[in-house]
Amino acid sequence: MSISVKGIRKCFGKFVALDDVSLEIPAGQLVALLGPSGSGKTTLLRIIAGLEFPDSGTVQFDGRDITDRTARERRVGFVFQHYALFRHMTVFENIAFGLRVRPRQFRPTNKEARRKVNELLKLIQLQNQAQRYPSQLSGGQRQRVALARALAVEPSILLLDEPFGSLDAKVRLELRRWLRELHDKVHVTSVFVTHDQDEALEVSDRVAVMNEGHIEQVGTPDEVYDHPVSPFVYNFLGNVNLFHGRVDNNETYIQESATGHLVFVRPHCLEITRQPRGPNHFRATTKHINSAGPLVKIDAVTEWGSPVHVEMSQERFRALELVRDEVVFISPKEVAIFHDHDAA
Amino acid sequence: MRWLLIAVALMFLTVFLLMPLAVVFGSAVQKGTSFYFASLGEPDALAAIKLTLLAASIAVPLNLVFGVAAAWVIGKFEFVGKSVLITLIDVPFSVSPVVSGLIYVLLFGLQGLFGPWLIAHGVGIIFAVPGIVLATIFVTFPFVARELLPMIQAQGNDEEEAALTLGASGWQAFCRVTLPNVKWALTYGVILCNARAMGEFGAVSVVSGHIRGLTNTMPLHIEILYNDYQFVAAFAVASLLALLALATLAVKSIAEWKARQQLAAQASATEGGLR
Repeated sequence: MSISVKGIRKCFGKFVALDDVSLEIPAGQLVALLGPSGSGKTTLLRIIAGLEFPDSGTVQFDGRDITDRTARERRVGFVFQHYALFRHMTVFENIAFGLRVRPRQFRPTNKEARRKVNELLKLIQLQNQAQRYPSQLSGGQRQRVALARALAVEPSILLLDEPFGSLDAKVRLELRRWLRELHDKVHVTSVFVTHDQDEALEVSDRVAVMNEGHIEQVGTPDEVYDHPVSPFVYNFLGNVNLFHGRVDNNETYIQESATGHLVFVRPHCLEITRQPRGPNHFRATTKHINSAGPLVKIDAVTEWGSPVHVEMSQERFRALELVRDEVVFISPKEVAIFHDHDAA
Repeated sequence: MRWLLIAVALMFLTVFLLMPLAVVFGSAVQKGTSFYFASLGEPDALAAIKLTLLAASIAVPLNLVFGVAAAWVIGKFEFVGKSVLITLIDVPFSVSPVVSGLIYVLLFGLQGLFGPWLIAHGVGIIFAVPGIVLATIFVTFPFVARELLPMIQAQGNDEEEAALTLGASGWQAFCRVTLPNVKWALTYGVILCNARAMGEFGAVSVVSGHIRGLTNTMPLHIEILYNDYQFVAAFAVASLLALLALATLAVKSIAEWKARQQLAAQASATEGGLR
């Protein structure tokens, strides 16, 4: 089922949470709402779910206007950030809840419900924990139960609010791969909220980057990462160095004294050399070198005193034989330029 | 030092709690068990017991419904005047029961606001059973709401919202999610409410008129007997109220023990589950 959100505005008192937000989500896709806290992403998700109602604007499922429908009527699966499992029910009863509260004529028999729940327990690999209570499960297990509970009612849309937000790093990685595999299997239109750019880029088909109540950019992970349309998106997706600069004959020069342009350079797009190279370079002093991991991360200070982060491959690092407190030259390989007044 | 403190506490308990309790039961059976049961079986005493049970059986269910509704509305929703409502719920706690009784006299009494109209229509509230029930309801109003409110506020809205997205109606969410989560607090609130409803003296005393066999509740009957120098009979009826207090304590301990046991069972199972 496709989702179409048009001109949504939502205020909480004087705070404008969403300001004229429109978003199209094609059927069957997995879309991430990515943004810092307070950017309105959770509010948008809750409006799609029917847990919150917009002050103006419409929500459509498959072209049908459902703006005034309640959460119950929308039949969406919602996974809460803190799981919101029913603490007085076993895992089994939690998953069966959506089947048990159906009106009598649609309610499955006990046998059918049992079969359905067992199927889902198998899917989330918790067959042996069916009779446990939520408080007896680990965070990752609870999250999977919450997902199974949402899937039990066979929703046409699955909404997830910071699904991996409160899990530790390793479990988070496992679970997001698992979610991606699950989505490839089930193909239900899914929207998830996250503030973690890696998560959004790795898992989703499309990313909507949100900031201060509006959507900055929507696109595939490659599009938003490689071609950010605003300084905010550039800043938010991945690490970045920010310089002032000027543009001459389509060439960008980094220059601290220049005004009018902001120059963004990713750490791996800066090159360190011992000798000045080309017309566009500046001097810097290395301060800290972290060579653990596949990339070597170097913190340096520019000649005008601001910090700059550079990443390079282990091979290049070994060839250079860099040490701390060494004066080097840095030149950009690839830059993005925005006019200064666009700056977020 | 520790032992000294324990001794002081024990002595305090003995003098102010255990000894009076012993005196009540001791005095009650002073003239033998047959006199004890005769005092309880006397028509006026029976009428008082009946009236007390009647007042409690009306006040407690009503306050159960009011209390749950109030706690739910306050705990789950944001609205203008919420803090005023919370304060209002506490009014019966902060006002002297005698004043509460007087309020009803001023409203429904002979010289009261609605008094003449009520008399013209043949409805008696003051010096009659309805007044006693009203006073009891008023005085016991905060118990259920006050016990539930912190629980409901602490639990937030997530589970109810989850229930709604899973297709539950508001009523189903309330019965299947909200209520089971607060059942022990609710049990305790109802017990407290009941104990107070049966033991209430001040407010009921003002509105009752002390008509023997008609508008006397147990506490009022005890007072009358005592003033008539029928000490043993007074203590016999008092022993019933004391028994109620003990039963309340017992049920409370069981409720708390059950709640703890449930937690402990879950905790130990978690340790086992961590492998």
